Amino acid sequence: MARTPHRVWALAWDQVHARVLVRPKAGILDPQGAAAERALAALGFAGVREVRIGRLIELEVTDPATLPQMCECLLANPLIEEYEILDSAS
Amino acid sequence: MKFGVVVFPGSCDDVDAQLACARVAEAVPLWHADHDLQGVDAVVIPGGFSYGDYLRAGAIARFAPIMSEVIDFAAAGGHVLGICNGFQVCCEAGLLPGALLTNTSLRFVCRQVSLELVNPDTAFTRSLEPRRRLSIPVKHTTGRYYAPDAELDRLEAAGQVVLRYSPGHNPNGSLRDIAGVCNERGNVFGLMPHPEHAVDPLTGSSDGLGLFASLRDSLSGSLV
Repeated sequence: MARTPHRVWALAWDQVHARVLVRPKAGILDPQGAAAERALAALGFAGVREVRIGRLIELEVTDPATLPQMCECLLANPLIEEYEILDSAS
Repeated sequence: MKFGVVVFPGSCDDVDAQLACARVAEAVPLWHADHDLQGVDAVVIPGGFSYGDYLRAGAIARFAPIMSEVIDFAAAGGHVLGICNGFQVCCEAGLLPGALLTNTSLRFVCRQVSLELVNPDTAFTRSLEPRRRLSIPVKHTTGRYYAPDAELDRLEAAGQVVLRYSPGHNPNGSLRDIAGVCNERGNVFGLMPHPEHAVDPLTGSSDGLGLFASLRDSLSGSLV
């Protein structure tokens, strides 16, 4: 996978850029998403459903193989969130 | 009997917690960056916004130096009381089941709530038995207790649901109105309401004092 272009110049030689998407697990009420959904409806955007809000974590790492472990122990709480490592190009 | 109250950067109820403990026993602060529990008999993790609540409430605090001692202490059967942010820290640290999510209302709630004592047979609640309904304030934005359904069934069956919000008093959307849970062994207890703010009739209620007194009585072996 390609590096995010605007970040390439800043990477140290031994670093890779990674992005981790953390989202509330399916079935868990996301009041923030619900509030955004109501706001979109109020703005006249019809037919918007199931708005869920997560967070995108960008980081530079030397060993992308450790990303799942980072997610399990800190970046996400596996009980309430699911995570996805979007890319970690070297 | 000596209580230790953990002080993280961002704790804000540590002083009230110490004052509450000091009403029933001795109380000392435990600095987050130390690796020393100073020989305390029980640990209180107080409310506040430890490490700014960055990432998730409690997520960073659980890795504070003092927490490795607190986790060992709890594993050895030591008693730990987590209040509000302390409850969040205990859940993140795996000392307690479940997690705390943003209030359904998305609002900070600060008000007196009525609580029902579900399990009066814990080290934290024994002295409370005659009075099964408690009036204690809550003040939080991240207090919606969550655990998967099967886990909630298990917690209820095992008596680990210690406190519930009285009907109509659930301030945050907690599943099954859960306000406080303990671990399987019963030596770690976390709750969102603030018993340390309810220790004097002057501020509306002294119902919270019983939690501290219970713990003192349980640990001093003065209960029959």
